[in-house]
Amino acid sequence: MKELVILSGKGGTGKTSITSAFASLAQNMVLCDADVDAADLHLILEPDFKKSQDFKAGHEAIINPDKCSQCGQCIDLCRFDAIKDTFEVDSIECEGCGVCVDLCSEQAIDFPETICGQWYISSTRFGPMVHARLGIAQENSGKLVSLVRNEAKKIAEQENLDLIITDGPPGIGCPVIASIGQATAILIVAEPTISGCHDMERLEQLTRHFNIPAMVCINKYDLNLDLTKSIEEFADSANMAVVGKIPFDPIFTKAMIKAQTIFEYNNDSQISIKTKQLWDNILSQDEFKRPVTNILQHL
Amino acid sequence: MIISVASGKGGTGKTTVATNLAVSLKKDVFLLDCDVEEPNCHLFLNPIINKTEPVIAPVPRIDLEKCTFCKKCMDICRYGAIAVLKKDVMIFENLCHSCGGCFEVCPENALIEKQRVLGEIEHGVKDHISFIHGRLEIGQVMVPPIIKKVRSFTKHEQITIIDAPPGTSCPVIAAMKGADFVLLVTEPTPFGLHDLKLAVETIKILGIPHGIVINRAGLGNDDVKAYAIKQNIPILMEIPFDKKIAQTYSKGQMLAGTLPGYTERFQVLYDRIIQVMENREKN
Repeated sequence: MKELVILSGKGGTGKTSITSAFASLAQNMVLCDADVDAADLHLILEPDFKKSQDFKAGHEAIINPDKCSQCGQCIDLCRFDAIKDTFEVDSIECEGCGVCVDLCSEQAIDFPETICGQWYISSTRFGPMVHARLGIAQENSGKLVSLVRNEAKKIAEQENLDLIITDGPPGIGCPVIASIGQATAILIVAEPTISGCHDMERLEQLTRHFNIPAMVCINKYDLNLDLTKSIEEFADSANMAVVGKIPFDPIFTKAMIKAQTIFEYNNDSQISIKTKQLWDNILSQDEFKRPVTNILQHL
Repeated sequence: MIISVASGKGGTGKTTVATNLAVSLKKDVFLLDCDVEEPNCHLFLNPIINKTEPVIAPVPRIDLEKCTFCKKCMDICRYGAIAVLKKDVMIFENLCHSCGGCFEVCPENALIEKQRVLGEIEHGVKDHISFIHGRLEIGQVMVPPIIKKVRSFTKHEQITIIDAPPGTSCPVIAAMKGADFVLLVTEPTPFGLHDLKLAVETIKILGIPHGIVINRAGLGNDDVKAYAIKQNIPILMEIPFDKKIAQTYSKGQMLAGTLPGYTERFQVLYDRIIQVMENREKN
């Protein structure tokens, strides 16, 4: 089974629009939305929810005022400044390390498990989809990303599907690192802007750090042809294939408003043709070539 | 006066608004780039960097001569960063949250605090703007401590503009908490609206006054406006969907100073923020 993870470093370069377009084209696949912090893929794929579960991760310290002697030890111990002078825990600052809980001489601190969000298994018009919603101001986004990717993998195994397409989060931090481990390859959606180039370079460093193969698609490539050239040169020097170049076109937004992929919106548009080429190029990369049966065996 | 520029969705124009607002105000201002995973403000501002410092956090190192393999450090660690074996102790630095629990419970003083680098902070200056940004080290995950360090250099008395990261989780909270006003930059598309709603929920938890900037106005539909009116959130500025603006941005140029009228438009944006704050105080 193979997994393609779509990332960008910079937000808003077109990850989700391109992922949904791939959903239209790919066969035999599971979709996974790993942007658990601000998931948008469901807005186009309109999933039919089959299963919804709480995401429990970590614990939160709560001081019981009846038992607390206000000795101040917890305040001294907490390295996250999460305990106020009033002996209340600031739940936003609390990292759930439990040091105060374990070391309180009065055993006055409770440590209930926290529900940090929900995750879902759904069906869509293109195939099964695993997605999630991290609670507002919650932590553990990396763990939730790992969870949805694992569930997607389980579904692929059970239903004999040989591809997972994962829509990744922006940035290069915790949730991104959780979304790339064990991936077959990363597709970096870059845009030819000064910031887009900067962010792509940092993401490339991250994929190299974790030794995951990466390739590049340049979205809105005609916005700045000089920078498109720079991206191509950089990709070449970093040994990444440029698998597609897609022009600047509001058709992605028009399709999004109708909750359609670009192929459903207009199958014959220039953008649709370019995106189809992009998909074919990805599948022709070494990492995604399907095993070829040896003809000689059949003779 | 601390103004945090946030969005929920990435790529809506936070950096554009934060940098242009900073250059358009003709008085001393702090600009803090708190998107430490992918900081971009410096690409538009081109400040002269005059100081760089690392952001560090303690991780344990084991002294096997002193260790009795009692496992107390492993038991208190909720992150699975310490594994005590029969004759060895393994420490997984990337899992460590630097809570300090292991140092507290070790009865033999066998753990030594070693510093690891999470990222770095750079200080710079450009005309009337004092600039600070943080940059996460590749492969590290501890983002909030870097943001907190960037923010530690400012006070409420100064005008401070913060460029926040996208999303709604801990890094965003670290960039918005304690701000006097949050400017939400969105685009009039279904993704923009969906993520705007999440951002508004986040701000409500923090209880900070807020307003909206619609970027790429005219691109999608009117649902963002309808939502803002229904929620009684003021729309403070609209930046049109225009290929010329996108091209200006792509080259790393500011709208203010490059395209006519934008310095004044960002000054009006600031005045409107002040107005919203004053009206709120009156009520």
